[in-house]
Amino acid sequence: MAKKMSIQVRTGEVRVKPSFLGKIVARLAYGEQVTLSGQKGDWMKVVPTGGRPSGWIHGSALTTKKIVFQAGSANVSAAADSSEVALAGKGFSRQVEDAYRRKNRQLDFRSIDQMERVTISPAQIERFLKEGGLKPVEGGA
Amino acid sequence: MKSQTRRVFLKQAGKYTAIGLTGIPLGAAFLNGCAQVEKVAEIGAKIGVDKGIISQKQADSLRKSTKAVARSFEEFTPEQEYYIGRTVGAQILAKYRPYNDQASNYYINQIGQTLALGSKRPATFGGYHFLIQNTNEINALAAPGGLIFVTRGLLRCCPNEDAVAAVLAHEIGHVQHLHGLQAIHKSRVTTALTTIGAESAKTFGDKKVAELTQTFEESIGDITKTLINNGYSRGFEREADQAAITIMQNIGYNPNGLTAMLRKMEQRLKPGGLDFAKTHPTPASRIDEIEEIIGPYVRPRQPTARWRRFQKALGRI
Repeated sequence: MAKKMSIQVRTGEVRVKPSFLGKIVARLAYGEQVTLSGQKGDWMKVVPTGGRPSGWIHGSALTTKKIVFQAGSANVSAAADSSEVALAGKGFSRQVEDAYRRKNRQLDFRSIDQMERVTISPAQIERFLKEGGLKPVEGGA
Repeated sequence: MKSQTRRVFLKQAGKYTAIGLTGIPLGAAFLNGCAQVEKVAEIGAKIGVDKGIISQKQADSLRKSTKAVARSFEEFTPEQEYYIGRTVGAQILAKYRPYNDQASNYYINQIGQTLALGSKRPATFGGYHFLIQNTNEINALAAPGGLIFVTRGLLRCCPNEDAVAAVLAHEIGHVQHLHGLQAIHKSRVTTALTTIGAESAKTFGDKKVAELTQTFEESIGDITKTLINNGYSRGFEREADQAAITIMQNIGYNPNGLTAMLRKMEQRLKPGGLDFAKTHPTPASRIDEIEEIIGPYVRPRQPTARWRRFQKALGRI
């Protein structure tokens, strides 16, 4: 049976080739499962569900664990072992952050939210590299 | 089994477990470190049974106890690491406020987010984000998950874009190697992971949330204390410098940018200061180690457009 992996980050970017210079062909959500069909260094070739384009995704975006959002009792006991299942939104989570913030109202989480909103798009990165005369090592990046 | 033979076997199994815990490169350990430890114990236990050194029951018990020992910081999911990082970030901002200049902050995000792509860990739960702090103190800090802070004082030690890249790549190195999470006291890691594992199928009850919040608070304390007061070990700093060199080379920056920055920092650091001087090895000792990897210092050549954009964004920092 083909090996399955799950997206363990908020957005998993599937690219046309095993490099960050490769064009993004699909964006997968946290917890989505993909079927593994190849590997090159740190890059995994994956087939998403629903007929979306296959392509390459960096291994740091993937886990072998199944990510469960609505924990039933069977999932919870599996997650206790934690080698096969991970519970999304549990543990140190938004709920815990909120409880912490109620106790520490002086902390500036607004600046953290603002900081997270600054995102440089792949097209902007490409322009930035070109303008600065920066030539990434193919495969290295 | 004779007690002598059994003792020898358990000693051996323990040795393998220790190798499993410490001998894996952290990048790989992030994905499968615990699985490796269990696998080693599994193999050890199987050999024990096959050779008749231990019984099946003893082997099962060995597997079980290894699993308990193997619970470590690596078991935090990237999602949990993200929430730890956000709060560590808020604590870092309690010390020095953000420098609210959009253009210079955007510029360090252009450099930093590009560099992150050249790291061993380009994908974190919430991605890499960079912010300048409004202080003359010389410092840079990375919260787990990729929120990275750099002071105006440190940016003034950077004579060009390659030097800025070096500072940011060093911090990305700390994130890649999960150095922040490793500052959390081991007992708290166990408490947190056990609480998470034992949660009910329904939403967390108030009591459990309170317990977890307490552990969360203590974990944040461990990390900020290490980052701000004590500093990482010499070994972690070396690892971050090595990561910085590789990341810079992958993206096309000249790793001599790191030395360029350290040379200027050496002139500006006040001995006995409470900032970088307190939490990092001396610039001179870092330069020695860097030169062992990349050779003697050669000033990084700056193409005109790269020099101009650096001047425009940080010329007056």
